[in-house]
Amino acid sequence: MSDIIVAEGLVKKYGDVVALDGLDLHVPEGTVYGLLGPNGAGKTTAVRILTTLLKPDAGTATVDGFNVVKQPNAVRRVIGLTGQYAAVDEYLTGRENLRMFGDLFHLAPAYVKERSQELLERFDLADAADRSLRTYSGGMRRRLDLAASLIAKPRILFLDEPTTGLDPRSRIGLWEVIKDLVADGTTVLLTTQYLDEADQLAEEIVVIDHGRVIAQGTSDALKDQVGGDRLEVVVHTGQSVDAAAAALRSLASGEVLADAEDHKVVAPVAGGSAVLVDAIRALDSAGVGVDDIALRRPTLDDVFLTLTGHAAEEDS
Amino acid sequence: MSNPTVPMRSRPIIGWGLHDGLVVARRNLIQTIRVPELLFFAIVQPVIFVLLFAFVFGGAIPIPGADPSAAPDASIYRQYLMPGIFGQTVAFASAASTVGLAEDMKRGIIDRFRSLPMASGGVLLGRTFADATRQILVLTVLSITGLLIGWRINDGILNAIYAYLLLLLFAYTVSWVGSWIGLYMPNPETAQTAGLVWLFPLTFLSNAFVPITAMPAWLQPIAQWNPISSLVLATRELFGNPTGIIGDAWPQQNPIAYTIISCGVLIAIFAPLAVRRYRRSTAR
Repeated sequence: MSDIIVAEGLVKKYGDVVALDGLDLHVPEGTVYGLLGPNGAGKTTAVRILTTLLKPDAGTATVDGFNVVKQPNAVRRVIGLTGQYAAVDEYLTGRENLRMFGDLFHLAPAYVKERSQELLERFDLADAADRSLRTYSGGMRRRLDLAASLIAKPRILFLDEPTTGLDPRSRIGLWEVIKDLVADGTTVLLTTQYLDEADQLAEEIVVIDHGRVIAQGTSDALKDQVGGDRLEVVVHTGQSVDAAAAALRSLASGEVLADAEDHKVVAPVAGGSAVLVDAIRALDSAGVGVDDIALRRPTLDDVFLTLTGHAAEEDS
Repeated sequence: MSNPTVPMRSRPIIGWGLHDGLVVARRNLIQTIRVPELLFFAIVQPVIFVLLFAFVFGGAIPIPGADPSAAPDASIYRQYLMPGIFGQTVAFASAASTVGLAEDMKRGIIDRFRSLPMASGGVLLGRTFADATRQILVLTVLSITGLLIGWRINDGILNAIYAYLLLLLFAYTVSWVGSWIGLYMPNPETAQTAGLVWLFPLTFLSNAFVPITAMPAWLQPIAQWNPISSLVLATRELFGNPTGIIGDAWPQQNPIAYTIISCGVLIAIFAPLAVRRYRRSTAR
């Protein structure tokens, strides 16, 4: 598969602040590509350059083969953009918003009408289609925003922190919509500071910090970089965590940590869920009562912390 | 190019720039209808000005050159005042453009417009067109208020239409200036202040409320060359209202021509500046 978005050595400075410091991206066609990083890492700047809103100080970028600086209008014809805000008009109805963006895209009026209805139904906005957006919830606005960016069936969709500020239920709803899109073959470049979001949606993840790529790969590959699975055991109150740790030592692939205060033992393990059965047997024969036992994959939070030395959601 | 399954519109006769401008203007005018509060205050403010000037200052400001035996002074001042209020009101139309664009930027809607393959002047064309159009309603209400307190159209309906067109041209012109300012604003709150601050000296350093002859000598040339003075003088002449003493400066002798030339020059300067700025604007 060819790369539909290519960025090489993108640099952008705002005065003394370096937003992008030689960013390289290669996004294969038809994938969901996650751009992950803390606030201020340069995610939004990267999206703005790729969507022709901002000119880079150095470096080049092409989208669907068009140079973003030299052929901005050609790029604009193949992309859709959903930014951090619901960039839709507050006072128009849902349908009027879609019509306006379709008209400004220079689409045939009959097509705009038909496509608007299709999108409103698909995003569960058909009942609210003729109401002013002032009556919409945050989640409904975001869905309309997404619908607006899909009016011309873009080949490449940029989603810049699409769920920031949404409640958990609306976030999951939006994730479902995004998953559907990808099934249609749209290439999606997604930026997020929510690691679970990247985990849920993106096949390929690029971690950026201070304007450059610091790690890249699938979610699983990134997690393996940090280490394999961890076995977490919470023992009965009053029972010895040291006894539990001793029982698990033969199963562990590394150092076993015992936390007496939380009655918790954490052991790095290899071998998947079979280890769980062995662990329960070992604890049982050692006479240790267990409140909770779980095999946990490292989260992207663990990945981020290991790579950057700071957590993803704190300001860098 | 674009997705082959998506049917595109064929190029309209008016061209894409105007097409996009009308689409955006439509959006801005729908806003006006759905937020009547905004329109209400845009109308109330000049009406308050009319009442304050007519009843508080009215008798205190003599209009030189008016025939004192014709009618009581206050009535002459009201005749004199209304074109001044019209001029001030359309000048203040620019503040709506300043605030409107600052709000669009903040909401990220300018980002979305800029990511579309539309004409780059479309958003500003729509904004200025809608903001000037809104003034039709404002001028109507204001004219009715004027008629109620004794202002009259004395020189025929054709000249009156000419006067209103001149006022709308001016509203459209200052909307471009206001748009250009709006695109530099970090937020709507700052835009609210910045959109108004330059309008006070501009409107008060003119013949809108007091005769230029009553100003200090060094201020008089500034007021005489101020396009608002020529606009107000032109509309006074076209409505057949008292003009006061007309100065020797060319704009005072040829107020209609000077007003039209000023508008042309201002649009020629500020429209390209605003479009240039628009191409670089993004949400902050």
